[in-house]
Amino acid sequence: MTNPQNSKTDVTAMNTPTSKKLTTIELVNKNLAKRYRAEKRFRAYGIASIGFGLLCLCLLFTDIIGKGHSAFMQTYVQLDVHMDADRLDITDISDVNQLAAADYQGVLKQALRTKFSDVKKRGDKRKLYRLVSNGAGYELRKLLEVNPDILGSRSVLWVLVDDDIDTYVKSRGNLSFAPSNDAFTGRLSEAQITWVETLIDQDKIEKRFNTNFFMVGDSREPELAGIRGAIMGSIYTMLVTLALSFPIGVAAAIYLEKYAKKNALTEFIEVNINNLAAVPSIIYGLLGLAIFISFFELPRSIPLLGGLVLTLMTLPTIIISSRAAIKAVPPSIEEAAMGIGASKMQVILHHVLPLAMPGMLTGAIIGMAQALGETAPLLMIGMVAFIVDVPGGITDPSTVLPVQIFLWSDNPERAFVEKTSAAIMVLLGFLIIMNTFAVWLRKRLERRW
Amino acid sequence: MDTSTLLAVLAIMIAVAYFFGRGRSISMADTSQGGYRNLNSLPFYYGMLTALWCAVPCVLLMIGWMSFESTIIDSLVVAQLPEAVRNLSSNELGLVMNTVSNIAEGNVIGDEPETYLVAAAESLQGVRHTSQLALTGSVLSLGILLSIFAWSRIRPEQKARLQVEGVFKAILLLCACLAILTTVGILFSVIFESLHFFKAVPITEFLFGTHWSPQTSIRADQVGGSGSFGAVPLFLGTLLISAIALIIAVPCGLMAAIYLSEYASSSVRTYVKPLLEILAGVPTVVYGFFAALTVAPLIRELGETFGLSVSSESALAAGLVMGVMIIPFVSSLADDVITAVPQSLRDGSLGLGSTKSETIKQVVIPAALPGIVGGVLLAASRAIGETMIVVMAAGLAARMTANPLESVTTVTVQIVTLLVGDQEFNSPKTLSAFALGLMLFIVTLVLNYFALFVVKKYREQYD
Repeated sequence: MTNPQNSKTDVTAMNTPTSKKLTTIELVNKNLAKRYRAEKRFRAYGIASIGFGLLCLCLLFTDIIGKGHSAFMQTYVQLDVHMDADRLDITDISDVNQLAAADYQGVLKQALRTKFSDVKKRGDKRKLYRLVSNGAGYELRKLLEVNPDILGSRSVLWVLVDDDIDTYVKSRGNLSFAPSNDAFTGRLSEAQITWVETLIDQDKIEKRFNTNFFMVGDSREPELAGIRGAIMGSIYTMLVTLALSFPIGVAAAIYLEKYAKKNALTEFIEVNINNLAAVPSIIYGLLGLAIFISFFELPRSIPLLGGLVLTLMTLPTIIISSRAAIKAVPPSIEEAAMGIGASKMQVILHHVLPLAMPGMLTGAIIGMAQALGETAPLLMIGMVAFIVDVPGGITDPSTVLPVQIFLWSDNPERAFVEKTSAAIMVLLGFLIIMNTFAVWLRKRLERRW
Repeated sequence: MDTSTLLAVLAIMIAVAYFFGRGRSISMADTSQGGYRNLNSLPFYYGMLTALWCAVPCVLLMIGWMSFESTIIDSLVVAQLPEAVRNLSSNELGLVMNTVSNIAEGNVIGDEPETYLVAAAESLQGVRHTSQLALTGSVLSLGILLSIFAWSRIRPEQKARLQVEGVFKAILLLCACLAILTTVGILFSVIFESLHFFKAVPITEFLFGTHWSPQTSIRADQVGGSGSFGAVPLFLGTLLISAIALIIAVPCGLMAAIYLSEYASSSVRTYVKPLLEILAGVPTVVYGFFAALTVAPLIRELGETFGLSVSSESALAAGLVMGVMIIPFVSSLADDVITAVPQSLRDGSLGLGSTKSETIKQVVIPAALPGIVGGVLLAASRAIGETMIVVMAAGLAARMTANPLESVTTVTVQIVTLLVGDQEFNSPKTLSAFALGLMLFIVTLVLNYFALFVVKKYREQYD
């Protein structure tokens, strides 16, 4: 063929074994459907990936909330308690020691015996006593302290039930109907379930909002365990972290952005910061163990130590975000300030810093949110101890929220599963608040030039 | 005076010094023409200078005092203990000193302590009291003396501003150098203890040994308590779990980033992107709980329906959940590099008649590849260093297997199990955790460097 217009088709035709010669447009059209299908497939992969991510997010949240929401309710049983002075062994109501040593559990046992007077065997009685919580006596004591007059009288009281009963009552469904088939009986015996059902029929069992959960520290008994200790520990740790990492981070960022000359030291500092940002958090725990505990002999398990370790961990994040915020301040503002005679420190303190502050605060809050969720380094420095008391300062032994979650998740009792999930919900709540605040701050205060 | 009161008093002193310094400079100023004409600097700087003269030496003195106080006090008290006690080994002596300080603080448990302990406790209390008094006295007098000195030196021609700005810059530099100090601290803590460990266990055995059981025997004749520290099973376990995580996270994160940056409308983007990022913000302990209590039983049940025996602490569960955690990490890194590819490249490719997916596969991805590879490497380093998910969902038994349905253990799990709870210092068991930490540090460091290197070396410059 001599026609130059056809030469291209000719080459293609030679490559295709088919006898029929195709033009370019025909070739393209032939493959077009296939290519469009590939396009659609590719798009579908993208949507599927995003869908998978969002599905996991949904699963995670529904799983946690599904497991944890019931922990915000607590089951109470109504008992007719006779505050018998003899049984309580109280002769003088004003004596604090007697009040502390009194046998409250005995009074409750008596109340249970009167309620179920047909229970005679020893083993059965023991099972009966296990209906109410070991900690229910504290409530009676508090009641007596507030109102000494009830000593010797009979009163109708709502008493905390044991965690096994609590789990059963929560899993059996609506209290006004018969128990559902998937009610979790666990370690409960037939007799105990019958008693509980009798009590439910008589409207003597009630679910109430679990204020205890937010008011007390850790406990070995699930129904008595609360997260106040962990929350306070987290707050103290975060205060130490914020008080140290924010000023130091901002100062380092100012130095690197405004003062540092391009030399080996600056280069070295930058390399170090970038590296530290990527070091696994557990390494910081090793640092805390070797340097702060072994070398400086700081006591273990205190928020001060936790705060120091978390400060070192969050510093890179804060420095990096603060540098970005400082960089975003237009040089014209600095030049204007310089032009009317401000010194470098004045330019920075009077102009750059206030304008960069929203960005820096956003970075700091995000860094704090990261530190609040951090567990691994705190395990290393002994914040895993079982601590009942609510810490009152940065030098009291304490634990933090994520570590409390870790500790509870190790407990075999089913009642701790819902406590753990509830603690996770509280932790996630804090994180969501912090992050929303950061986003709000950025939207509200950050200026674009 | 205890430390917090002392700090409060010091703060008041610094404020007073500031006002006196400022006042003196104003009184020296020539205000006849309005303003402070003959002063070299603003009165603020004179005040700051006086305050700094008071603050910096006092704070340094306090820090120095407190870091050496306990050692000196201990040695003073030890010197008074009976000869026999003083000759005890350092560990036992530490126990004795602990008892002494407990008695001094009034926490006596059980029997009446021996008389020499009580005497030591009393002297400890005395020395502590004296030390606190001396600290208070020296800090206060030093602060007052230096403030008066600085105050008396204030002259109108003094270059107060330059001096204050010099100190300001020095403090900033010090803060920036904390990053170096932290790295040095990490290196010091892991290398120092690792060297101890490698004295007891040869480094070749640690790196190439295939049997890991860190339980050392208490008695010499105990069975199976010799302790062997071959870390290969841990490395393999870490690799297995990280590999599962990356197999999930890399395709998923990459495709999500491609869809969000190339296909999605901006309104979808503004909602979906932050939602995906939530996954990165969830604390790892939550993922660990999710993996251990929900995913692992689920996988186990699924496996049983297919007749497979799945360990309840399978590597698959931990890896899967870890992968989900890393998805947003990969996708946001990939998103950044994909958006950085110039539009002209896409336009060129589309203009030649290729479909959007062909453009992405043959033009955008190759152009963004160095950044994507760097991101994947960073994700790998994060997966290797991840702790809580594996601590809660992976097993403890060191096993060499590539079967994701069996339980394996990882480097981080072992570090946590070895170091949480009661430990004996300087036993190879405890020290091995630091050796593992050193390995972890080195590997993540190398991965990070390599990631940066890839990005720097192969990045295409379009501008």
